[in-house]
Amino acid sequence: MKTAVVLLPGLNRDRDMIAALTTITGKAPQTVWQTETTLPDVDLVVVPGGFSFGDYLRCGAIAARSPVMRAVAAAAEKGVPVLGVCNGFQILCEAGLLPGALMRNAALRFVCREVKLEVVNAETRFTGAYRQGQVIRCPVAHHDGNYFADAATLKRLQDEGRIVFRYAEGTNPNGAIADIAGIVNEAGNVLGMMPHPENLVEAEHGGTDGRGIFESVLGMSPSLAA
Amino acid sequence: MIKARIIVTLKTGVLDPQGKAIESALGNLGIDGVGAVRQGKVFDVTLEGDDAAGARAKLDAMCEQLLANTVIENYSVEIA
Repeated sequence: MKTAVVLLPGLNRDRDMIAALTTITGKAPQTVWQTETTLPDVDLVVVPGGFSFGDYLRCGAIAARSPVMRAVAAAAEKGVPVLGVCNGFQILCEAGLLPGALMRNAALRFVCREVKLEVVNAETRFTGAYRQGQVIRCPVAHHDGNYFADAATLKRLQDEGRIVFRYAEGTNPNGAIADIAGIVNEAGNVLGMMPHPENLVEAEHGGTDGRGIFESVLGMSPSLAA
Repeated sequence: MIKARIIVTLKTGVLDPQGKAIESALGNLGIDGVGAVRQGKVFDVTLEGDDAAGARAKLDAMCEQLLANTVIENYSVEIA
């Protein structure tokens, strides 16, 4: 089970992601710096959260044009699973690997709390460990998580089952359209989500609800207690 | 030398929470009669040479590829 984590200046959740992947796979992920033009041969590439390049211009905009993201796009094109969390989701949208954009939270506040996520599609490569419609816990921490897509894109996402996670039980923390918390690309191998599943993967975190995403995409047998 | 100004604005219909916050701050200042505020960005770009047509193409390319996110934003380019 080999994984890689993309490193960009200004990210701050890379260490959490590395710790989570190490715990889950038993092996530390390889790290790939922003100037790299190739990725190692791995089973999962993760773009973690933070504030790459200080969120200059727009969140994720500068990072999306970095050399390593061209390598991520090439890997995604070949079918390698790619997970973007928080700033990683913003970067994947800015890079054109996922549709739509993440805008400033509707209430303008930075939100750092736990939300409820409904697993809207349990048949993606990232959600096989969950039940359809299952509601899981997951922390969020962001200022720009207000997902927006035009009406045609939104309809397509809905019709094609590409909305993977929705904020449930009135916990939408950012005004995201249709309560969208996470989506996949057309081929289903690129998932972007605002919440941080890497922060809920071991008992010491207070729960393991986030673990299923990693176990699903890495083809591991689920250890879900949820 | 060619000087250009690029203006990036949110598309109509895209919620602008920052514009809304500015509206409410204007109300707090007692400046009334404000219908709406939409926030945008201005980029002043200097290009070498004096090829206006080439500059226009280059400026459009930089807007499409980086300065604007055309999912949510429109842009306009003025060459001085």
